[in-house]
Amino acid sequence: MHYNWNWSIFFEMAPDGSGSDLDTLWRGLGWTVSTALLAWVLALSLGAIIGVMRTTESKLAQRIGTCYVELFRNIPLLVQMFLWYFVLPELMPQALGDQIKQMAPPWAMFWPAVFCLGFFTSSRVAEQVRAGIGALPRGQRMAGTALGLRPVQVYRYVLLPMAFRIILPPLTSEFLNLIKNTSIAFTIGLLELTGSARSMQEFSFQVFEAFAGATILYFFLNMIVQILARVLERRVAVPGFMGSRVNTGGH
Amino acid sequence: MNNGFDWDVIVRTAPYLFRDGMVFTLQLTVLSAVGGLILGTILAMMRLSSNRLLNGIGTAYVTGLRALPLLLVIFWFYFLVPYIGAWVTGASRPLTVGGFTSALITFTLFEAAYYCEIMRAGIQSIARGQVAAGQALGLNYFQVMGNVILPQAFRNMMPVLLTQTIVLFQDTSLVYVLSLTDFMGAAAKVAQRDGRLVEMYLFAAAVYFVICFVASRLVRRLQHRMAIIR
Repeated sequence: MHYNWNWSIFFEMAPDGSGSDLDTLWRGLGWTVSTALLAWVLALSLGAIIGVMRTTESKLAQRIGTCYVELFRNIPLLVQMFLWYFVLPELMPQALGDQIKQMAPPWAMFWPAVFCLGFFTSSRVAEQVRAGIGALPRGQRMAGTALGLRPVQVYRYVLLPMAFRIILPPLTSEFLNLIKNTSIAFTIGLLELTGSARSMQEFSFQVFEAFAGATILYFFLNMIVQILARVLERRVAVPGFMGSRVNTGGH
Repeated sequence: MNNGFDWDVIVRTAPYLFRDGMVFTLQLTVLSAVGGLILGTILAMMRLSSNRLLNGIGTAYVTGLRALPLLLVIFWFYFLVPYIGAWVTGASRPLTVGGFTSALITFTLFEAAYYCEIMRAGIQSIARGQVAAGQALGLNYFQVMGNVILPQAFRNMMPVLLTQTIVLFQDTSLVYVLSLTDFMGAAAKVAQRDGRLVEMYLFAAAVYFVICFVASRLVRRLQHRMAIIR
């Protein structure tokens, strides 16, 4: 059994003249990061709204929030990706649908991917936001109300700032999940990190070098996000509240 | 939509979708859930062991796999398994491995990392005194684990394990990238052959939704029932 290793493949010029294979992976990393970041903005804002809706008194708002979360959680992400990419333009009014279909290549896959991942992740963020608000002592809401704040102000100035601090660690892992999930955009043709490793492998037949390169970049990305999250946690920690990281984590 | 929603294509291809596709999906889900759970439990025991080497291997395996997208892992194993197979059997050329086998190996190894973390939490949820009690009775490590700790850990974690299995069921749709005919793969094949993307993908979404929604409701009911018993 023989496999011809050839690590110098990374520096050889790709056959399509677009630079070396390392450049291909690097560009893939760029698409992965930008897709994940934009989707994260969408996920955080939508997730906060839906999560808050599920903690309000209104039965209607609660119900809408629950349906939203159930809808996105119970359909495989791959199927959702296809719905955004293939099905949505067909269901739009003709003119708008045609306009979407005529978008130039990378963007025609990029935007559906951002929306798909953003909405999918927002349903998971919503669950975290709800849990975070639920974890706050009931007295906080009452105290806010007693101070004369309107419900919106109670959320804006009292509940959400603390809730977001509590859920920072799970939000970090949701963001890491989101980065991993961007790989599914490869199925609609976005050449993100996994996709570029795959295309590099198809051109050069150096399967394991290509995947090893992508693997290392994913590890690298993971590490950076975890370090940044820890810095952020320390930066926003409220002195005397929950004693930061030291008290969390079992044993 | 040019010529309306074509219900007929769904009715016509439903036998193919369910008999070929869904059976494949369910087989893959059940087999890799069982395999993943067994391997995951072993990994959890390794991660909780005081042996530095076992602990290190378990931790590296789990954190490594959990940092990678499933799609990349699917590709890794799709190309790697023939070489590993050749190495194990001593063959001089990479073995030809069927798509189902390759997917089964991938999902088992990948899900093990996730089941491991659940089982680890489950084992840790059992009072340490039980280990001491078991040892005082003269049981060895494997007897304590097998007869005392694991049955309880397994029971406590049942809802979480089942929820993870629903996620696995959804994730099996990714074998689409290997052109295998799971439920989603079958739907995609018909969609492309007949040019009926809207109908087939909406139908696939609806089927997945109903199955996962019902399953997660059942898991929640189980959770409530267990909460009362304990």
